[in-house]
Amino acid sequence: MSAVIDILISASFWAAVIRIASPLILATMGELICERAGVLNLGIEGIMVIGAFTGWMAVYQGLPLWGGVAVAMAAGMMFGLLHSTLTVPFGLSQHVVGLGVTLLATSSASFAYRLMLPEVTSPPKIAPFQPLNVPGLSDLPWLGDALSQTALTWAAFAVAGLVAWVLYRTPLGLAVRAVGEKPAAVEAQGLSVTGLRMGAVIVGSGLMAVGGAFLTLSAFSSFFFEMVNGRGWICIALVVFGAWKPGKAVLGAILFAAFDALQIRLQQTPLGAALPYQLFLALPFILSVLALILMSRRAEVPAALMVPYNKGER
Amino acid sequence: MRLEPVANPSAARRLGLPALALVATLGVAMGLALLAGANPLAVLGQIATGALGSKLAILETLNRATPLIFTGLAVAVAFRAKLWNIGAEAQLYAGAILAVVLGTGVLGSPWVLPVSALAAMLAGAALLLGPVLLKTRLGVDEVVTTLLLNFIMLLFVSYLLEGPMKDPMGMGWPKSPALIPEARLPRIVEGLRLHWGFALAIIAAVVVWVIQTRTTLGFEIRAVGQNPEAARFAGMPVNAVLVKTALLSGGLAALAGWSEVAGLKGHLSSDLSPGFGYTGIIVAMLALLHPLGVIVTAIFVAGIFVGSDAMSRAAGVPTYIADMLMATALLFMVLAILLTRVRVVRG
Amino acid sequence: MSSTGPGAEVVLRLDRISKSFGALKANDAVSLTLRRGEVVALLGENGAGKTTLMNILFGHYLADDGGVEVFGQPLPPGKPKAALAAGVGMVHQHFTLAGNLTVLENIRLGTDALWSRGHGGARAKVERLSRDFGLAVHPDAKVGRLSVGERQRVEILKALYRDARILILDEPTAVLTPQESEALFATLRKATALGLSVIFISHKLHEVMAIADRCVVLRHGRVVGEVDTHATDKGQLAALMVGGELSLPRAEARVAGEVLMQLDRASTPDRGTVPGLRSVSLALRAGQITGLAGVSGNGQAALAEIIAGLALPASGSISLRGVPVARWTPGEALAQGVARIPEDRHHQGSIADFDLTENAVLESYRSRFSRRGWMNWRAAREFAQGIIRAYDVRCPGPETRIRLLSGGNMQKLILGRAMASDPVVILANQPVRGLDVGAIAYVQSQLIAARDRGAAVILVSEDLDEIIGLSDVIHVMSQGRLSPAFVRGTMTAAELGLWMAGQKFEGADAA
Repeated sequence: MSAVIDILISASFWAAVIRIASPLILATMGELICERAGVLNLGIEGIMVIGAFTGWMAVYQGLPLWGGVAVAMAAGMMFGLLHSTLTVPFGLSQHVVGLGVTLLATSSASFAYRLMLPEVTSPPKIAPFQPLNVPGLSDLPWLGDALSQTALTWAAFAVAGLVAWVLYRTPLGLAVRAVGEKPAAVEAQGLSVTGLRMGAVIVGSGLMAVGGAFLTLSAFSSFFFEMVNGRGWICIALVVFGAWKPGKAVLGAILFAAFDALQIRLQQTPLGAALPYQLFLALPFILSVLALILMSRRAEVPAALMVPYNKGER
Repeated sequence: MRLEPVANPSAARRLGLPALALVATLGVAMGLALLAGANPLAVLGQIATGALGSKLAILETLNRATPLIFTGLAVAVAFRAKLWNIGAEAQLYAGAILAVVLGTGVLGSPWVLPVSALAAMLAGAALLLGPVLLKTRLGVDEVVTTLLLNFIMLLFVSYLLEGPMKDPMGMGWPKSPALIPEARLPRIVEGLRLHWGFALAIIAAVVVWVIQTRTTLGFEIRAVGQNPEAARFAGMPVNAVLVKTALLSGGLAALAGWSEVAGLKGHLSSDLSPGFGYTGIIVAMLALLHPLGVIVTAIFVAGIFVGSDAMSRAAGVPTYIADMLMATALLFMVLAILLTRVRVVRG
Repeated sequence: MSSTGPGAEVVLRLDRISKSFGALKANDAVSLTLRRGEVVALLGENGAGKTTLMNILFGHYLADDGGVEVFGQPLPPGKPKAALAAGVGMVHQHFTLAGNLTVLENIRLGTDALWSRGHGGARAKVERLSRDFGLAVHPDAKVGRLSVGERQRVEILKALYRDARILILDEPTAVLTPQESEALFATLRKATALGLSVIFISHKLHEVMAIADRCVVLRHGRVVGEVDTHATDKGQLAALMVGGELSLPRAEARVAGEVLMQLDRASTPDRGTVPGLRSVSLALRAGQITGLAGVSGNGQAALAEIIAGLALPASGSISLRGVPVARWTPGEALAQGVARIPEDRHHQGSIADFDLTENAVLESYRSRFSRRGWMNWRAAREFAQGIIRAYDVRCPGPETRIRLLSGGNMQKLILGRAMASDPVVILANQPVRGLDVGAIAYVQSQLIAARDRGAAVILVSEDLDEIIGLSDVIHVMSQGRLSPAFVRGTMTAAELGLWMAGQKFEGADAA
């Protein structure tokens, strides 16, 4: 027990929590925007993969790190465009299209990787984002260590704040919240349901891809297959856990990251050695299922989530 | 733009558009080949010969198609009821585990094969039962739960292979002990490398087809899938139908793993399935969820994979082209199917 | 020249609007003018083309031909935004409000540039408008929690907030009590006095006579008449509307038989803003049509669910021929001889992509068309053909998907399916909503015939005229409460209206 407490009060633990939470926050915000507009984006897993790959490859080809982030975002938006074209004006099954986009994005990353690096056995490394030295903050005891984070982590939290502000404080956010609840209301007020939904999916997919790029540009320094490893699906659970609200979703991501960071450290304790390591690795997925069960009764689902809108049928 | 229903789609529309989707996929294939600096037509040719060019190639394709028929059926059955079972991968491994548990000496001939098949189906069914009960009782979306279960299951298999199920003779490799000969599926024709799993898959497809078209359960599955509210109003036990669908679907997916272990590999390892569960979704969608169509599309999809492996060795185009083509075909196909029923109009 | 009245400025001109959906001509060269300060009623049956016309005006549909002019300027087609900007406001029959947003948010939606911060002053403007027009509603209330009448006020405020000069109301009174309708008319009179113009879409003649200055009658997509309301009467309008002397069946009084189904102090929990049942007791007798009147959303759905076998009351009981039921499912209800004509034939009554055979056996496939789990499709098909013949379902054959049928033919199939089991109790929930006159007469005559055969029929309808025309006894529902039974001919529509508004219940409770 005291081992757990030691872990929980260490600055390095909280530094890890914030680091692990960052890509989840970015991708969760992306999914949240899509779902608030009424579109379930199951492309998230693949879009994170394509973001991780393109961001890393761009930097490997000589672009600056932020250039890599921009490339990842653009790639994510391309897949968002594909997803939303099929699901919004054509109203195709969001389940099937989402899975198709995930398969296409994942295999595109693998294909491009093999095409560009046919011979290598282990992927080349890039110089990733380094922890930012924030004057004043970095010198503080404990807090300075816990908040020793890269610029992309700070950006992730800034994005969450921005998403919340846009959703609840601007006319655009009002329209997005309305279109996921009652698209007919949006159209009756002279706004384009198709435009809003496609825009939300495209922007949301861009954020998911940046979440993926975090893995290659900030957390690790190279790309390998399977590196996203279900994080996208976990983010979908986090949106539900956060009741489709940005603030709660961020808290959920941090809570989730805390469990993840804890299990990594517990593996190294005597208790951890006694249990199979696979149990620890499965913990994030088990937690996600539990989160879904916990929130099932309380969730305030956007009323028009997964309901395509066709002008002709009201 | 707006979509307007087409009252009576012509045969040209119903067949031409899906055909166009396949042609478009071929176009993408050629584009990717060009991107890789290879001759597009040669690449297509190499995929075709790789899949069908020799007796060996054909047998390889049919062997690869076997698990895909099972997972394709599992998905087709579930999607008919709009039960989004994305967990065929996990159910496949559940079946594979049971094949090993019962096939390594616990049971002998003649019981081992039928009993382990049945047990595998029950295990797969049980694995899908959880997500379905969560859906019917609590309204938890089954897409995410079945997806998450795939990851949990793979870790469980990894645990088994490094722990209780580890082959002591495996020289450190994480694999299970080999099945006893009585627990192996024999070959259909002596001397030809094609096991009885393929024949069982065909039989399963016919059985599913009969269930769907001739039985009350099939009628109920279709009704619940198309309009659960009307089904409930008409007195159908909607939740019970979903549970029965799940049992059938999970059981079919488990047979994929069972037949891979008992028919092909003879042991369990954590690379047993290169995503057969996910590819089953593509197989089912390309078949328009028709059980007999699943046989055809599974062979087609298996052919693309087998052919791409061969082509990749020869032409240097990454073998992942097969996965890209399958995803592309899926997206083109769902769009094509929609456009058989509606037309795009202005306004 | 006066600022309102016949000589006033023309604010809206529809010029030879035509629109087809497939083979159906929804609008055929329809022209209409609207002047400042005027209320024009657009009168016609369901399916006459009223809503299509207004959707074209508002830009939801593109016309095949013809043009729209607002304040002398041509309106670009297919752009709701342009219609809004030109001063046209529409109150849809089905409200277009997002329940997760507040009243103020719903009103502001789309009024500020999307990429702006939005401007202040909205609240003050909404408060001023609701005072000026008598539209009381709290700006910060979540719309999902409002009553139907309040939501309609929000819809009107939405239009007024955008400075609409022309208001279009599509069947606005369908969801209101007669008394609430009066309040709406008061608001409209205030609006016209302030120089606004109104198009009032309806098929209720007495409302048209009460509120409109002029009346344009549509039939089968064409204008068949245009009259000043003070120079006409209901009879003339009705004749124009239906195009002949087609009269609806009126049931003659009958002696009622034994009680076939009885609810005893049945209560159900509320669902959001929709009240559940409050200790409802109801007896359905053989050979009797029991009419259930009331504004929708007052507990009729909960009552219908119980009768249909979809739910048991949370407290209280339901009994059949004096025997209380314990297990109560749709299947059980069917087995006990309860036939159901659901409120929503598209979502509850049929499966769109199933063919007529499959839809016909939806309720009876287990009992009549299968053995040991095997379907007997041959018998099912013969059964469907029998219904098609007996009920005159116009279709190419039993393999036709039901989605291709018109509403009337779809309803005939559902009716035939329900009647095939010789039911003892028939739940007819809004059985003629959205049907043309011919189909209405047919469905209603079948209900009367079933009653004459000794069935107990319960007719749930929001249309008082239908209730009064067919029912042997009438109950009114309001806020989940059920009024006493009123025998045929003892109540006027106005008196029933007071019960619908809930006022009479207070009197009864006090007494």
